[in-house]
Amino acid sequence: MMQTAHRRAALALMAGGAAAACTPRRDGETVLRFWAMGNEGGTVGELMPEFERRNPGVRVSVQPLPWTAAHEKLLTAYAGASLPDVSQIGNTWVAELSAIGALSPTPPEAADLLTDQFPAVLETNQIAGLAMTTPWYVDTRLLFYRKDLLARGGFDAPPQDWAEWKRAMHGVKRAAGGDNYAILLPLNEFEQLLTFGLQIDEPLLRDRDTRGNFSSPGFIAALAFYRSLFAEGLAPLASSAQISNVWTEFARGYFSFYFSGPWSVGDFRSRLPASFQPNWATAGVPGPNGLGASAPGGSSLAVFKSSPHQDAAWALVRYLSEPAVQARFNTIVGDLPARQSAWDIAQVERDPMLAPFRGQLERAKAVPKVPEWERIVTEMQIVAERMVRGEYTPETAAAEIDRRADRLLEKRRWMIEQGRAV
Amino acid sequence: MTVVDPTLARVKPSRGRAARERAAWAFVAPAMIAIGLFFALPVIAALLLSLTDFDIYALANLDNLRFVGLQNYERLMTNPLFWGAMKNTLTFAVLGVPLSIAASLAAAVILNARVVKWRPIWRVMFFAPYVTTLVATAVVWRYLLHTRYGVINWGLESIGLPAVDWLGDPSTSIPAILMFVVWKIFGYNMLIFLAVLQTVPDDLYEAARIDGAGPWKQFRHVTLPAIAPTMLLVSIISVASFFQLFAEPYVMTQGGPAQSTVTVLYFMYEEGFKWWNLGSASAVAFVLFLCILAITLVQLAVAKRVGAYQ
Amino acid sequence: MKIRAILLNLAVALIALVVLFPLVWMVSVSFMATGEAAVFPPPLLPSHWTLEHYRDLFLNQGMGRYLWNSFALATLATILALSFTVPAGYAFAKLKFAGRERLFQFLVAALVVPAQIGTLPLFLMLKGMGLVNTYAGALVPWLASIFGLFLVRQYALSIPDEMLEAARIDGASEGQIFRRIVLPTLQPIIVTLGLFVFLGSWNDFLWPLIILTDQSNYTLPVALAALSREHVQDIELMMAGAVVTVAPVLILFLALQRYYIRGMLAGSVKG
Repeated sequence: MMQTAHRRAALALMAGGAAAACTPRRDGETVLRFWAMGNEGGTVGELMPEFERRNPGVRVSVQPLPWTAAHEKLLTAYAGASLPDVSQIGNTWVAELSAIGALSPTPPEAADLLTDQFPAVLETNQIAGLAMTTPWYVDTRLLFYRKDLLARGGFDAPPQDWAEWKRAMHGVKRAAGGDNYAILLPLNEFEQLLTFGLQIDEPLLRDRDTRGNFSSPGFIAALAFYRSLFAEGLAPLASSAQISNVWTEFARGYFSFYFSGPWSVGDFRSRLPASFQPNWATAGVPGPNGLGASAPGGSSLAVFKSSPHQDAAWALVRYLSEPAVQARFNTIVGDLPARQSAWDIAQVERDPMLAPFRGQLERAKAVPKVPEWERIVTEMQIVAERMVRGEYTPETAAAEIDRRADRLLEKRRWMIEQGRAV
Repeated sequence: MTVVDPTLARVKPSRGRAARERAAWAFVAPAMIAIGLFFALPVIAALLLSLTDFDIYALANLDNLRFVGLQNYERLMTNPLFWGAMKNTLTFAVLGVPLSIAASLAAAVILNARVVKWRPIWRVMFFAPYVTTLVATAVVWRYLLHTRYGVINWGLESIGLPAVDWLGDPSTSIPAILMFVVWKIFGYNMLIFLAVLQTVPDDLYEAARIDGAGPWKQFRHVTLPAIAPTMLLVSIISVASFFQLFAEPYVMTQGGPAQSTVTVLYFMYEEGFKWWNLGSASAVAFVLFLCILAITLVQLAVAKRVGAYQ
Repeated sequence: MKIRAILLNLAVALIALVVLFPLVWMVSVSFMATGEAAVFPPPLLPSHWTLEHYRDLFLNQGMGRYLWNSFALATLATILALSFTVPAGYAFAKLKFAGRERLFQFLVAALVVPAQIGTLPLFLMLKGMGLVNTYAGALVPWLASIFGLFLVRQYALSIPDEMLEAARIDGASEGQIFRRIVLPTLQPIIVTLGLFVFLGSWNDFLWPLIILTDQSNYTLPVALAALSREHVQDIELMMAGAVVTVAPVLILFLALQRYYIRGMLAGSVKG
């Protein structure tokens, strides 16, 4: 009940800002247009009165966008020269938006906003050493596991490396029995294999990120590990659409390990019965040798070059980057703050399920920053699915992924030869 | 027209013809310029665009545009997502056309019976969904099809059938969207069928009844032959319209689950306005065009054959 | 005989139920309190009626703005489409001019081409002209309606030549003939075409979705699609939005259905 009332209030607030965008601006007042997505779009309006109080003459008009339409909305707005002043963006879009010259890089006087950040997250915001956007909130994927089944399988603590993990998976599969599996690796999602791929030493692209490097011994090992989980009956041959209800399947013991982000913590708590709650926990992702990396996720704040209100825009970014404001936002919407000191203020780690995220974020490793990346990993997963179904060996799959990546990167190679891209 | 003066008769029509010619051009020119500028030119440009690698880089700077010949088409042919979209579109058409035609025909035959009361009111009412805003009614149907709170599942469960995860299961997502589409469009073809049925003389039914034909026999031997040519043409036109589904999956499923409702036009939209690969999106547009052209040619051929029979 | 009549009337009632139910349900849910519709079994009528969602839509969600955009765009599209296609349709039917046959053949061929093909280059063209995210950009496709031109031509063919000839002999200019004789004669088809364009523009989705990038310019369908992704769980709010979107066109159609249906049959049965 409280929840609904709270959400309603937030909704009214943010929508009030949006409706106000239609009224003509008053003289001397700067109206900052700020696009935000999903939950953030619905709630960030609550932070604005304080900002407007501190910056007289500046008004923020928040326009909420659905996540599923945000990417194309930003690009169409760029093409139509109607970008807002500031926007939340997924941090995997930084390379693309900076390739088209839409972003206004962090000015020297805002360099302090880049301190107190998680290095890997900050890295995803930088192109050629220049911070193009400012991290706002962070997430990454780690391991959700069944404590009870792991214990019954003979393990008291979550596994630390691949070999131990494999043994643990065989253990829980035995403990769960029947037609159950140990881990869910949806065949249409690239995140799991990408996580393994980030844990190896070799980079995923080479030659200034113009060619695939998937045939490196490390990635072939990652492919082999991935395939073995299916071959040994530890993971079901299923895509996420075939698992209609992840949390109930998890509770049933259909699988005991699951890769996901902070958003699943809330889901597991609200959707599973109270009696089940002691049976699950989160832990860092095992790597080939000890705990390994995963991809840093989250959202960043982008100031656009086209904005005529650069100072006010950066003032807004500065405000939203303040640890105290980020801590407050964490209590409003539950996002993990980008600034590390905000974690302490908001006491994020008091929550035992969220605590492992800090360690995982410290181990996170940035993915290659090329605009083609999302398509490359999509192709990677298509090939990986075929490998799992027996069409390729890890070696031939790696060669095939390289071939496809090279084709996607052809334009980039040409651009670099022409000196048009970095 | 009795013209007395022969010289006048020679001069005036020619001056009138010139004036009429000028007037005609003044009437036609705005529309033709608009059609040329905003229809013909973009279509030709689309063909050219499909031979380039217009992408995000070219959007930033046109110097980054290259001519790549048929490469976009070659890549489409090896792209499983594209073939998935083709397959989904065909599934929509193959299931949707017979379904919607059957619904239209059934409604038309029933409404054509004289014993039905208030026929003009029903006629307008059944047609009404066709003029409603697609996005709005798609939103309504998304809730009617809701797995837990949806009225449709409630209906199923109350007659003892299990609930269906209509829009969440790749095997039921297309039928679920089709239910909505049929609800929305059946009135259109129903009106066309009704118009044709009304041209069938009552004596034919009378004669059939005298020969002892029941309702089914009357339908088979009187109604169906009268309506067959229209039905054929309407079916082919419907195929073409099923090739242009976009807003339904955009609103109801966003192409999911598991890409099961990505249609060719939806694929083009994503390729073009999500990934900003205008070159390859234009190639998709042209493949779509060729499909529709092929259907139209079949339609024309059929129309000719049917015309020859009449 | 009696049984057959009862069965047929029952069948009609059944179809009417299926056709009307979604629309009636939409209206009913739009008056329910927040969260009331998200229970099983789904309630069919509000336990108490409330206008809270309509208030929310217009006060907080900018619905008034979207309604205005939709209305303004549909009206402008209607006026523009009529002023471009009616004179041209008449000229193709009744005035002889050099190249008429060839132009006409070109138009017939062009009917085969689905307009969506040109979407991408048209967007780039309008970007070059600075018309992205403007009303003008959203209106452009309505200027080039080949279908409308055919509809008018078809109807204008039935104007008797003698009537036009007589006016010419009386010394009327072509412009006067068009205004005084042709327009009044074409009045039914003008209403029909105007109705088609108005409804078409109101209901259009793909093009406004692409060309209108800023919220303050959204039309109702674009705004509703965005809202419905944002507020999936707010069934009652979404139904109120759907009512606001659908009601104007439905009422307009019911008021003018004669014109609509006549024009539709003229355009499709034998075009």
